[in-house]
Amino acid sequence: MTDHTAKAFDVDLQDIARLVSEMGGLTEKQIGDAVDALSKQDEPLARRVIEIDAQVDHLQREVEEKAVLTIARRQPMAVDLREVVGALRIANDLERIGDLAKNIAKRVPAIDRDIQLQKVMRGVEHMADLVLTQVKDVLDSYARRDLDKAMAVWRGDEEIDAVNNSLFRELLTYMMEDPRNITLCIHLLFCAKNIERMGDHATNIAETVYYMVEGHALVDERPKGDTTASAKIAMRQ
Amino acid sequence: MSIANTESHHPAHLPHMTVTHAANPGARLEEKVSVRGLNFYYGESRALKAINVPLYAGMVTAFIGPSGCGKSTLLRVLNRIYDLYPNQRAEGEVLLDGKNILGAKQDLNLLRARVGMVFQKPTPFPMSIYENIAFGIRLYETLPKSELDDRVENALRRGALWDEVKDKLGANGLSLSGGQQQRLCIARTVAVKPEVILLDEPCSALDPISTAKIEELIDELKSDYTIAIVTHNMQQAARVSTYTAFMYLGEMIEFGPTDRIFTTPSDRRTQDYITGRFG
Repeated sequence: MTDHTAKAFDVDLQDIARLVSEMGGLTEKQIGDAVDALSKQDEPLARRVIEIDAQVDHLQREVEEKAVLTIARRQPMAVDLREVVGALRIANDLERIGDLAKNIAKRVPAIDRDIQLQKVMRGVEHMADLVLTQVKDVLDSYARRDLDKAMAVWRGDEEIDAVNNSLFRELLTYMMEDPRNITLCIHLLFCAKNIERMGDHATNIAETVYYMVEGHALVDERPKGDTTASAKIAMRQ
Repeated sequence: MSIANTESHHPAHLPHMTVTHAANPGARLEEKVSVRGLNFYYGESRALKAINVPLYAGMVTAFIGPSGCGKSTLLRVLNRIYDLYPNQRAEGEVLLDGKNILGAKQDLNLLRARVGMVFQKPTPFPMSIYENIAFGIRLYETLPKSELDDRVENALRRGALWDEVKDKLGANGLSLSGGQQQRLCIARTVAVKPEVILLDEPCSALDPISTAKIEELIDELKSDYTIAIVTHNMQQAARVSTYTAFMYLGEMIEFGPTDRIFTTPSDRRTQDYITGRFG
């Protein structure tokens, strides 16, 4: 894209995009650290994840202020307007991802060190890895306005849902086996749900990138695989 | 023109016919004015190149583009104001209700009564406010005093000026503020009951409040008239028009519903222009 005649307009837009990317970097770190803290029972690391969230929130407010100012000052049109609106939306999604990571970190002290459910923990880690890749890819697609990459993220959420479903069933089984597992399993269940929600935010961002590039909303139905809402427990007689 | 992926510049080609109703995609649009294959020359220099564009009845069409792109020239063809000057000529067709107005037999006074024009600089006559309005009416009609009074009042009301001038109709039109003078000119145009109103940068010399009043006025008038407005103010075009035409170097680059032109223009040059990336 060629530059604006008013160079300061380019600077404004670049600033907004840079703030969003900075937010993206922080939330990526939050996701990785939160899940690390969870699997390693690392409470200091968990506290750092919680502290970083304030920075993410601050950046989101900065994006908002800058965007509002740019709209007021430059009255952006067409692709520029979508650029600003897109940044606002993406900042919102990233802020939510940060909150979800913070929520995982908050659960770390509550995890009972004596109960070892390595297999489920591996499952949570695997899911977090998948989501982290999704978030990285979608931020990449935003930075490069790469439609193909955004669409790959948009379609890729199904796998996360599938892992979430199987984790859900596994945790139910552990809880039924031994009531002493329930506290841990409930916490892990929430962690898994948080990670699954992060994935949804990543697809939201993918939709925003699509809107920014194409100029209209993505109207197709996204492939979805989360069935936990309708799962039933079959109690043994 | 780049509408619906049409690429031809052939004069006979009418891509705008495929444009759908901006607000109601099913509805049929009535073309009050159809410009077809219009070329315009200032002496040897060709200022308009094979222009095709419609003015839909009861709607506002905005013409945007950088200085010298031909948008004012196009407006000047629509009521043949250019005829006042030597060495200026138009080729092609401009159909008003289906009849070509570029023909030699066209009655120019009648045409200019049907197609009114308001210019960039307010141009009130150096006479009273009342006479500014009544003058035009008397050219076309002979009315008893009471009826003429009604027509003047009506026109001033339509021009959103009545409340401000009703107590000083005898005052000189030039004593009004710039914004009031421009509304007086619009009222004067409306007074002779035209069908089409051409506005050539009507707000460029006005402050934001007067501009808002004129825009409000355009909104009010559009249900009864077909309006074409040339403006350098992109936001104004986006606000007041239903359709927008982007012109560049004497060519019609893109024409379409305003909502689309200002959000997702199809031509790169339109995009560059409206986002401030030109040149």
